[in-house]
Formats: sequence, C-alpha cells, structure tokens
Amino acid sequence: MKRIALIGMPNTGKSTLFNRLTGAHAKVGNWPGLTVDLLSAKLLLGGEMVHLVDLPGIHDLRGHSSDEAVATAFLSQHIVDVALVLLNASQIERQIGLLAQIARPGLPVIVVLNMADEAAALGITVAHQKLAEQIGVPVCMVSAKYGQGVDQLQKLIVEALHGKLPSGAPTLDSNALEAAVRQNVSVPARASHALTEKMDRVLLHPWAGLPIFFAIMFLMFEAVFNLGKPIQDGMAWAITAFRSTALEPALAALPALLKGLLLDGLYNGIGTVASFVPLIILFFLGMAMIEDTGYLSRAAFLMDALMSRFGLDGRSFVMILMGFGCNVPALMGTRVMRSRGLRFLTMLVIPMSLCSARLQVFLFFIAALFPTRAAPLVLFSLYLISIATAMLTSQLFKRRFVNSDPFVLEIPPYRFPTLRQMVLRGWHEVMHFLRRATRFITAGVVFVWLLTNFPTGAAPGGADTLAGHIGSFLDPVMSPLGIDPKLTIALIFGFVAKEIVIGSLAVIYAQEGQALTAAIAHQIDWVQAYSFMLFTLVYTPCLSTIATIRNEAKSAIFSLLAVAWPLALAWVTSFVFYQVARQLF
Amino acid sequence: MLSPTPSPTLDRLQPGESATIIDLRGDTELIHRLTALGVRAGKCVQVLRRAAFAGPLHIRVGTTDLMLRLSEACCVGVTSARC
Repeated sequence: MKRIALIGMPNTGKSTLFNRLTGAHAKVGNWPGLTVDLLSAKLLLGGEMVHLVDLPGIHDLRGHSSDEAVATAFLSQHIVDVALVLLNASQIERQIGLLAQIARPGLPVIVVLNMADEAAALGITVAHQKLAEQIGVPVCMVSAKYGQGVDQLQKLIVEALHGKLPSGAPTLDSNALEAAVRQNVSVPARASHALTEKMDRVLLHPWAGLPIFFAIMFLMFEAVFNLGKPIQDGMAWAITAFRSTALEPALAALPALLKGLLLDGLYNGIGTVASFVPLIILFFLGMAMIEDTGYLSRAAFLMDALMSRFGLDGRSFVMILMGFGCNVPALMGTRVMRSRGLRFLTMLVIPMSLCSARLQVFLFFIAALFPTRAAPLVLFSLYLISIATAMLTSQLFKRRFVNSDPFVLEIPPYRFPTLRQMVLRGWHEVMHFLRRATRFITAGVVFVWLLTNFPTGAAPGGADTLAGHIGSFLDPVMSPLGIDPKLTIALIFGFVAKEIVIGSLAVIYAQEGQALTAAIAHQIDWVQAYSFMLFTLVYTPCLSTIATIRNEAKSAIFSLLAVAWPLALAWVTSFVFYQVARQLF
Repeated sequence: MLSPTPSPTLDRLQPGESATIIDLRGDTELIHRLTALGVRAGKCVQVLRRAAFAGPLHIRVGTTDLMLRLSEACCVGVTSARC
C-alpha cells in the first residue's frame, strides 16, 4: 500500500487536515525505529487504498527535540510515496524554509497552504499557480476547517501517486523559495487579527489576566460536572441494573467463586471505571475547546514567570490545571514539551493534582466527620495542599530533571472550532484513553478481588483474607498515621482507582449509604479522617495514571519513581499532621 | 582596540516599541527555533506587552505572534532605531 506522510509546523492545523482527509478511522500505531506512536489511517483515493501518516509538528528538521528526531527518523527509515508539506497560508514566508529541508530527489512533494480562510480575512493573497511553477512543486490552497480545496488536494495526491508530478524539484534552496514567496504572496502592511488584539488587551492584561483565567477555568469545571454528573449517575444505574436483571440470572449456574470473580471483580471494577467515561468525555471536550481557541497558550504566557521559579514553564501550569479534572489527559498533554527534563518533571507533578475521583472520596469523608459550616474550608485546604505538594515536588526534583526547553512559543490568533472538529477530537481522545486503560484496569480489579476473597471461606474483605492480612501486616506503618487496617484495605482498593475507595468501604463495613457514614463517624475521629484524606490526596496515583506515565515516559525507572515518591510524601505528610494534631487535640 | 558598544537586545524594548533584528546569539537549538518561528535578521519586531513579574514578552514578527522569556529575548540583537 502506498504511503503518504503529513508534515508541518505546530499550529498549522495538521490534525484538522488529517481528520478532514480520513474521517474518524485513525489508528495509533508503533513504527520500527521510532520512540513514539504515530497517528495513521487508511483511506480510499482514486480507487486505491493508501496509508496516511501524521508526523509530529516540527519547527525544523535540524533540531534535536524528540519530535524532530521522530520526523527525521521516519523520513529516512520508511518509504514515503508522497509528502504533504502543510504550511499556514498567512505565515508562508517564514514556514517555506521547511520545504527545503524535506524535499529531496525522488520524493514527490505537495505544498498545502492551510487556513486559506484566515489568510483571505487578513487580506493576504497568494498567486499559488505561479508560485507552483516557480518552485516546481504543486501548491494547493485549502481550508481544512471548512473543507475548501480538499477535493483539489485529493486530486493532486492521486496524480502524485501515479508519477504525474515532478518529483524532488531541483531549485529548492531556502533563499530561492523565499524569493519566490516574496514575488507571489502579497501581505498588507498591517495584517493583524483585529478581534484577537481586542480580546488580548483584556485577557492578557498584566493584572486582570490571571483572575479572568481562573474564573473561566472554574466555569468550565462547573459546566463539566453539572452536565456530567447526571449522565454518570445514569450510567452507574444502568450498569447496576444490567447486572441484576441480565448478568446475575445468566451466570446463576456458575460456581460461586467464578461468579464472584466475574461479577464482583471484573464487572463491578470495570463498571465503576466505565461510569466515569461520560465525565471524562465532557472534560476532554471542554479542554479541547479551550485549547483549540488558543487560550491555553495565553495561560502559559500569564503563569510562566511564577512556574519558572520551580523549574517548570507556563505549559506545565496548564497541564497541572487539566489534572484537576483527570490526571490522564493532563499527562498525555505533556507531549508538546520537547525537553525530556521538563516533560518528566511535569509528569511527576501532575499526579499531585486533586482529580475528580479523589474529590469524591473527600466529599464523603467531609460530610461524615465535619460540621457543614467547616466543610468548604476543609475542602479548600485540600486543594491548597494539592498545589503545595506539586510545587514542593517540582522544587525538590528540578535539579534532577533540568528544563532545557527554550520557551519560545507561537501565540495563535483566537480561533473558534467547528462542531465537527470538536466531535472528532473528542472521539479520538476517548478511543485512545479506552484502548490503553482497559487492559490495565481489568488486571487491576481481578488482582484486588483475589486479595479480598482468598483464602476461600473467609468473609470477603474481612480480616482473614489476604487483603486483611496485608492490612494487619501494614498496621505498624499505618497506625502512626491514625489509619486502621480497614481503611488501609480501602487504600489498597484506591490503588486501582480512587473511585473504588468508597465502594470498598461499603464492602468492608458491610454497610451502605447513611449507615456507612454513621459507622465510619463512630469508628474514627476528624483527626484520623483528615489524615486519611491527606494520604488519599498524595499517595500512589491510580492505575490509569500509572499506565499513562509508563506509556508516555517509556521508562520503568521513572514510572517507579512516580509511584514511590508520592507514597513516601503521603506517609510523611500524614505522619506529621497526625502526630502534631494528636498532641493538640 | 576598544570593543564596540553592544547593540541593544530585544528584552530592552518596551511595549509598543519596535526595532529591526540584527543578529541571533545563543545555542544552535535556540537559533533554529527562533528562525523557524520567523525571528530572523532584517525583520521588524514589535513588543506588544510584557507579562507581570518579569514574565515573558509578547512580540510580533510579520504575521506571527510569539511569546519568549527575557532570557531568550536577550539573545536577539536589535537596532536602536524603530522600524
């Protein structure tokens, strides 16, 4: 099958064009010799199936960043039948140099000038036919966002595949290219986005910028949770209903142990995680929307001064913020970072973000042990501690993971994504999340079920099971924190997903709802509860997060650090709090 | 021979000011990145704003808006005259 590679700088709308050409059938795959997965898809062009590969956004093929290394390695190690070089039509003069680096004898190239709509709005005109004649490479104007020019592009690709286009143009040195661009592209003296300038005057205001940013993020979280909570409750209800009406009767004939493994282990475990998928989809969409408008790069601008003191940069802050919803997409977001040191430091810090799953646990314990008046203050203190532990982690490890990334980023004009773009984007992200998460979570829930159900004959989750033994075994370590063996077992559950903590307490205490709240309030006091919450906040991230860290970092040692460091920090934090608080109260 | 007075650098420009870029210093990686983003000798650069607490600069070169830290802006030599 013939292969087409899509190459371009960041912010040129590469993924929009990829989606426009392929629809929603993209697959993430491994390539021999490459360290990262690339998005690719098969599509039908001119009666022939071809393979389109999306290379990472690159500024320069001569650079040493991981993205640039990947693009270079791909182009040198894999056969490419046609290269699509994607340039922003309004920035063609500075981007055309990339063409000189990619073009080589025998490689048919098509220059795709994207965002034709934006260029037209700025009054920029491109004589693309004449430009094509001068540089000896076909040039095509498209708007991937609105679909204009895509038919023409497909025709050109078919011609190129059949050898009807000149390949590897002779005169492609960057000076000649820039001269050709100057002759054929006219840019008005003042080409600027009037709306963007107006919005930036407010949103990037030296003093008002940050408060406005926090207000917008707060509204986004509010919207996600207000919309997502009813859907999540509905999902949870449907999952329970399916179990009691269909699965339980169907599996009634199976031996009790196997039935327990399938229903209480696999089905309940995966079901709990699945019920969070709607919330995650909405969160992805919300973040994608804010990201696609170009506002996140403004947030990086506003926060960079503060973050640089902790060895991070403005983008790290954006990722930490995304982590308050769910750590997993935040970790995947670190791919834009080119410096390994900065990327690893950011990945080490993200799991400190108080995610929505931990929030659930805290809401339960706060309601059980604190007066309503104190509740908001207790929750707020946990958010502050979340940020404090993130900054402490960064401060301690910034010499180990040195940030060598130059902080030079484009600030794109504000863009408003179309519905089609948002839906496709959300779909890709969710499929990616599900594919990676499922295997890990399945193994995790089976393991926890085995721990809480063996040896046979012991009460599930009780003191005589393996988990119970582990709970008593860990007691010397956990009792200085005020955490008893029953709560310790819940924390072991929480390792799979923090969402399971409350459900596991229900199993351990054999109580539900109000009765469970009362039972816990009877057994522990607020000092123990706060110590438990501190430990839950900081300790080992959930399985999905660890799986993501392992996937993104591709380093077992770093993954181990990302598990061990929070665990140690959690123990010390809870120990100091509990021992001091016990002296005082 | 006395060394010539160093030419001003981008980090000295105040919001609203502009100047022509003379040269790029610093390591190759940074120079490549700046060049790719359009910060090149002979181009006119305008400072739109500075972030609070000595944060990054918001600059414009041609049709591209960029942010860069002061530590990177001082690698960009500019003329003392406006453009």
